[in-house]
Amino acid sequence: MKCDILPFPARRDSPTIDQIGVEERAQRFCSRSLKKETKMSALKLAVSMLDVTTLEGADSVGKVSQMCQKAMHPLAQDPSIGPAAAVCVYPRMVKAAADVVKGSKVKVAAVATQFPSGQMRLKERLAEVRYAVGEGADEIDMVISRGQFFQGEYRAIYDEVAACKEACGKAHLKVILETGELTTYDNVRYASDMSMAAGADFIKTSTGKVPIAATLPVTLVMLQAIDDFYERTGRMVGMKPAGGISNAKLALQYLVMVREVLGPKWLTNKWFRFGASSLTNDLLMQIRKQETGLYQSGDYFTKD
Amino acid sequence: MSANDFLSGGFAAAPESSDHFEIKKSYDLFIDGKWVKAPKQFETINPATDEVISRVGFAGKKEINQAVKGARKAYDSVWSKMPPAERGKYLFRIARLIQERAREFAVVESMDGGKPIRESRDVDVPLAAAHFFYHAGWADKLKYAFPGAEVSSIGVVGQVIPWNFPLLMAAWKIAPALACGNTVVLKPAETTPLTALKLAELIQDAGLPPGVVNIVSGAGDTGQALVRHPDVDKVAFTGSTAVGKAIRRSVAGTGKRFTLELGGKAANIVFEDAPINEAVEGIVNGIFFNQGHVCCAGSRLFVQESIADKVIKKLKKRIESLVIGNPLDKNTDIGAINSGEQLARIKNLVKVGKDEGACIWQPSGGVPRKGNWFKPTLFTQCAQSHRIVQEEVFGPVLAIQTFRTPQEAIAKANNTPYGLSGGVWTDKGSKIFKMTTGLNAGVVWANTFNKFDPSSPFGGYKESGIGREGGLHGLSAYCQLSH
Repeated sequence: MKCDILPFPARRDSPTIDQIGVEERAQRFCSRSLKKETKMSALKLAVSMLDVTTLEGADSVGKVSQMCQKAMHPLAQDPSIGPAAAVCVYPRMVKAAADVVKGSKVKVAAVATQFPSGQMRLKERLAEVRYAVGEGADEIDMVISRGQFFQGEYRAIYDEVAACKEACGKAHLKVILETGELTTYDNVRYASDMSMAAGADFIKTSTGKVPIAATLPVTLVMLQAIDDFYERTGRMVGMKPAGGISNAKLALQYLVMVREVLGPKWLTNKWFRFGASSLTNDLLMQIRKQETGLYQSGDYFTKD
Repeated sequence: MSANDFLSGGFAAAPESSDHFEIKKSYDLFIDGKWVKAPKQFETINPATDEVISRVGFAGKKEINQAVKGARKAYDSVWSKMPPAERGKYLFRIARLIQERAREFAVVESMDGGKPIRESRDVDVPLAAAHFFYHAGWADKLKYAFPGAEVSSIGVVGQVIPWNFPLLMAAWKIAPALACGNTVVLKPAETTPLTALKLAELIQDAGLPPGVVNIVSGAGDTGQALVRHPDVDKVAFTGSTAVGKAIRRSVAGTGKRFTLELGGKAANIVFEDAPINEAVEGIVNGIFFNQGHVCCAGSRLFVQESIADKVIKKLKKRIESLVIGNPLDKNTDIGAINSGEQLARIKNLVKVGKDEGACIWQPSGGVPRKGNWFKPTLFTQCAQSHRIVQEEVFGPVLAIQTFRTPQEAIAKANNTPYGLSGGVWTDKGSKIFKMTTGLNAGVVWANTFNKFDPSSPFGGYKESGIGREGGLHGLSAYCQLSH
């Protein structure tokens, strides 16, 4: 029987990362040149991997409902594009989102566990997870306690991820490492290994609330962790870079990286997501450009 | 799904265009500032397609004599007397012109030699320009480079370069020679003369005085005539150890100075505490860069036994993702083997490796039907006594051995007639210093491989050559210093 939770991994079990080497490797993916059909299929794929996101204090039922429409029908005049993979909202907005996307393929993801800081007792954070799941969330995006990580209390991170996984029930668990705060690639690698061992379904770079969010090298480090984990356990774990991926060109570079590190098996929205708010329309604009040869005015793309 | 669908494998073709410049139907010899017809010509071939690209002059003794005479005249009358700052200006001009015409040089380099455009565009051409820039800066500062010494030029330099980095090697040779006040006769390799001849055009455009740089294409005999010419004051050669030995014999007793940059069989040593994913990338870069046609290629891999299986597994997976094919396609990682002759040599040594009992592995994809191709190849279960461990293959072939202790790694790494380069992969700083001190190699990289810079001296011990190129050491080889 396959058990989703593995023992707590020691820090020395995670391989070290050479900063210069990993950044060079990431840069090399950018020199891949996608043309014609390859580019078109990659653009369409990227749309289907979007977690269309709004995480503002000002989010309201009206705003979230309209965003859900956009996720379901990204390009109004062409139903073959999309839908997006999910909408990502705060727990209080889950019900509103779930009502709109009901019956479609779009999932509802909720950030929880005192997003974005995680600075609260585990008990309340788990209650938040249960609340969001109860409201109809299909996926939970949790944050790890970076403070405890820096205090060297690694086991607390492992335990909180495992507890969240349990609290999720059937909902999928995405673990946000907040790589911009963890800062070093070695920290990111270890946090990835711990999260996966504790049962994460996805690992995710960032909340989008700190200045440094997803980058190609940090995503590469996490993809390598996923690859090594799969090699060791046979369990696939998903990846979600989030924050800072604002244009189609960059999104395609991420897809090239996934393709070459993990292989085509990971190239579905079951295993790879983009957490982004402004990426959608640039992808759509590029798709129309590929189809017609011309860039179209921003007014032809809906802003919900 | 179509064959080019993003999910299903290959990328749609993304070729670099070659219609923005001209390759002439034939090229003559560049002697004394003029294009001189050679009595004979030979064809230069695109190794990826077997198509003839152009015809170039075959210089004989007479033409070499003419070129050396031109170089002597230019040395005596102009170049050695010119204020050094003026020499520097010419070099800066050449550097800038290379940058301006970078795309043209990159495409021609890939067509003539078979290397992927990604490498010629991102490595060869920018580094060639960097060498001219670097040495341009030294031209009027030589007395500061060698404090306390009187610095003067040597005279006429005869230079013979190989086919693996045609333009870059020309830059390595010409730039320091000119900066120090010498004049040059350069012979490019037989299979890759085009970028050197294009460089001659560029040098003409730069308005260099006639005879300062002469470029004469040809074959082995041409090189021999140049090296043996009595009026050549210094010989600089990059190429095989066999030819290097012959050159050293021929210059013995003549008073000619010489520098030789010859073969190698570098050890790339990976410890169990290495950053393993970056190490795998470094191994790939070390041996498959330029199809392994690199004298400092990391062609012997030593992996600590405790992580050998893991490293080899990752290595195979990484190699499967390499794109082999049209060198002009921007997505190509591995291009064509430079010549039919080299391909035959690689095939022969690979056969020997199999016969000796080493375990061969190659990735699953195919190679194009036309042209010279060889898949990236791993040999596991190798031993020091195997010929594929001892001999330079100069192709995409990696011989893998395991080791247990740092002492063993050093002993085996040094157990070779060569001593050009090496690599060490470990997270532990003290181990890096211990290993790099112990390795008998001219260049040792730590947690990286195949990194070049004009300010860093390059050259080997033992049968890998004598003398250094680049940096102050390289500069001193083109100067007379008296204290």
